[in-house]
Amino acid sequence: MIEAVGLTKRYGDKTAVDDLSFQVRPGMVTGFLGPNGSGKSTTMRMVLGLDTPTSGHVTVNGHPYRRLPNAPRHVGALLDAKAVHGGRDAYRHLLSIAQLSGIPAHRVDDVLRLVGLSEVAGRRTKGFSLGMGQRLGIAAALLGDPQVLLFDEPVNGLDPEGILWVRNLMKSLAAEGRTVFVSSHLMSEMALTADHLIVIARGRLLADMSVREFIAANSAGFARVRVPDTDPAQREKLTSALTAAGAQVLPEQDGALRVTGMPLPRISDVAHEAQVRLWELSPHHASLEEAYMRLTQGMVDYRSTADPQVGMRSGPAPDPAGGWAGEPGWSPPQQPVPAAARPTLTEDAR
Amino acid sequence: MTTTQQIPDQAPRTPSYVSPIPIGRTHLGHALASEWTKIRSVRSTLWTLGVFLALVVLIGCMMAGLVGADTYLNTPYTMPAFFGLLLGQMCLVSLGVLVVSSEYGTGMIRTTFTASPQRHRVLAAKILVFFAVAFVTAAVAIAAVGLYAQLTVGARTNVNWVPTVFKGALYVSLLGVLALAVGSMMRHSAGAITTMLGVLLVPAIMPAFLLFNDGLVDIAQFMSDYNAISALSLIFEGDRSTGTGGPQIALLATLTVLACAGAFAVQANRDV
Amino acid sequence: MISLEGLTKRYGEKVAVNNLTFEVRPGIVTGFLGPNGAGKSTTMRMILGLDHPTSGDVRIEGRHYAELRDPLKSIGALLDATANHGGRSAYHHLLCLAQSNGLPERRVHEVLDIVGLTAVAKKKAKGFSMGMGQRLGIAAALLGDPRILMFDEPVNGLDPEGIHWIRTLMQRLASEGRTVFVSSHLMSEMALTAEHLIVIGQGRLLSDLSMADFIRQNSRSYVRVRTPERERFLDVLRSAGLTAMETGDVLELDGVAAEQIGELAARHGLVLHELSPQQASLEEAFMRLTAESVEYHAHSGPAADEQAPWGAGWKKG
Repeated sequence: MIEAVGLTKRYGDKTAVDDLSFQVRPGMVTGFLGPNGSGKSTTMRMVLGLDTPTSGHVTVNGHPYRRLPNAPRHVGALLDAKAVHGGRDAYRHLLSIAQLSGIPAHRVDDVLRLVGLSEVAGRRTKGFSLGMGQRLGIAAALLGDPQVLLFDEPVNGLDPEGILWVRNLMKSLAAEGRTVFVSSHLMSEMALTADHLIVIARGRLLADMSVREFIAANSAGFARVRVPDTDPAQREKLTSALTAAGAQVLPEQDGALRVTGMPLPRISDVAHEAQVRLWELSPHHASLEEAYMRLTQGMVDYRSTADPQVGMRSGPAPDPAGGWAGEPGWSPPQQPVPAAARPTLTEDAR
Repeated sequence: MTTTQQIPDQAPRTPSYVSPIPIGRTHLGHALASEWTKIRSVRSTLWTLGVFLALVVLIGCMMAGLVGADTYLNTPYTMPAFFGLLLGQMCLVSLGVLVVSSEYGTGMIRTTFTASPQRHRVLAAKILVFFAVAFVTAAVAIAAVGLYAQLTVGARTNVNWVPTVFKGALYVSLLGVLALAVGSMMRHSAGAITTMLGVLLVPAIMPAFLLFNDGLVDIAQFMSDYNAISALSLIFEGDRSTGTGGPQIALLATLTVLACAGAFAVQANRDV
Repeated sequence: MISLEGLTKRYGEKVAVNNLTFEVRPGIVTGFLGPNGAGKSTTMRMILGLDHPTSGDVRIEGRHYAELRDPLKSIGALLDATANHGGRSAYHHLLCLAQSNGLPERRVHEVLDIVGLTAVAKKKAKGFSMGMGQRLGIAAALLGDPRILMFDEPVNGLDPEGIHWIRTLMQRLASEGRTVFVSSHLMSEMALTAEHLIVIGQGRLLSDLSMADFIRQNSRSYVRVRTPERERFLDVLRSAGLTAMETGDVLELDGVAAEQIGELAARHGLVLHELSPQQASLEEAFMRLTAESVEYHAHSGPAADEQAPWGAGWKKG
């Protein structure tokens, strides 16, 4: 259990973390999201006692981190895969950490095997790829068999097999009753991994809720409806019937209809009454990314324009309402974020 | 751990994980073992110590041959080690800085302080391990030169050279620890090494300038008596009239203790 | 259009790329997938003429990279975000590149604007975060407004807004008729971006298919049905010779199209509350295809197999 109360960090004039209060509970994976520069890393460093809060406090299992009698046995952390001395080999890097908390040397072999680095244990970490560095960092975090685990961008640099492994690892750690707190920029990955979300922007708490609640609160689901393509009239008929019944209907690229504001059984009934046969009637939850984008709109530091040819052609400057902003921190009202290009491919298990 | 907070209904009520392996308290012994692993598992450490050994022993043996045998009538056999130590002290100073600044430079310090939030213990272990390594290496090098000189020149003196081994090794090791403390406060290798070069060289050079001003003569005299080069030369060549480096070692020890105290104070609540 | 013809690269004994033949077509985003060490980066480096193939041939619009008159106008690439001189400002970095290919200075400002780095254009690249470095690399790739774009792991280090932006950017570049070739390890991201996939493993071509075909061929797809008239529906299925798997209140039907079920239900006047074709994720399909060609295999199950020995050895302490 991690508990932050009124956590604040100022660097001179700039407030990096602003009165943040939250709890990270055991038994589930808690995702920690926010745009670049939102204070995620500062918060994690304060949890680990590396940075001192300007005010407020944060405890791990009831103790401030620096008062834990044997920190690595309570908390394991992967902050930065590159935070190792490149001249030291992987084995002795881990050994030096293990010795700090009286963990026996053979445990180092165990965690090396666990992360799949046994074969390169004797190699200096300077030559490691980002993915291997990431595995080494995970090994270090697991050394003390801790109850609380913090991971900052753990899948950075891993290949698909590694990404899947990390995801399953985090879930199984949580299932054992550990507290797993993980930050990531990969929304699609987070949607598959996390049970609970803490979202911050500009150092402030924006959301602290389950993934399901978060998506429901920040976006709208829809139904995808397809009628036989043999008969275009059926589509028109269904569209007008659904509209008359109070739903919003939008055509999709492949000829299907996107229906919002009406539950699936009701759509089925309306189609039946209109004597339209259905070839598809599938529920779609909005993606986590969509929900996240909507929540954090206008809180992003570096914004990019969308038109790669901007200015290349002679002519008027692109319309600033076209979905980009010229200055950091400001964003125009955005058009609804387009839903996943191929909804059938997205994970909609949630 | 007892949970007093409300857990949302949909959240699985998994009991909090408890490691089956009992959790003991950590102590300085753990930190010492860790620092010992760190210092011997990086090639640059071994290289620096190797260069130090080579400099002191090779230059010492070479000088032992050049110095006339009569010199040893009233100086210890370890005297030739002085010349090697003049250069060799730079190695120990660099190593002292690197032991700590390389951790800041690579970010390893965050891993270390996460694994042991008792920062004072980490620094204490670093100082102890580094001091032991530097002292033993320096003592071995000086003793090797002394033995070589005694064997090649033959018995001509009654001057006991054993104390010079300890004093010489102590002096250069203290310089190294001072460098470590400075490195810990400054965090940047280049800055800390430059500072230490200043500490070594400025008091040796400045008196030449200060002597032109009558008001500064005392300071000039103090600097020329207590700079690192004079200190080493007194340790290895001194006699009763000039002293054998005792006050110089005491001054360096005081400076080192102050610098270490500063390092402990600065790192205690610093953001890393 | 990029065409590879029997492309092979050997480093001593090790064959990094083994007889690769494929084409990357314009107008779509083509994903380039493979486990670590599969030879993706080597292939990309050979396309750019940075590495020389041991045998075989690679051409860009029919020419070798070295024969291109204005390489930046033909092909733009983001290979390694940190491959720039750290001491130079973002603006000067791009300016050198532009001048070497006779592009106007104005274009530098434009691409900086596109990637959102205008505010930090004068800062040294050394102080850039990984995401900013990535944006600078993308700016360099776009500099010559090239017809072919190649990105190696473009979303590395970007935040969600950046990831969304680059995805939209790539799709837009492709829709303008450019050739977009992008490698990534993030399957969920790739599923949203690419239309076509080229998968290699241990240097060999494993698959060259459209996204939909790739998933169809390498995973199970089924139809999910929910209906208030469950028993009658099962009867209808049985008489049609179909079987359904029952999981909770949901029925799963293998080997049948959603259209067929829809027609069947309409004919029998059955009410359906859901009729959705389900496909496995790209990740599942990829894992199935590349299972044998993975380099570092981690062990799953963190506690089960490794705790007992640790606990056993602990006692003495």
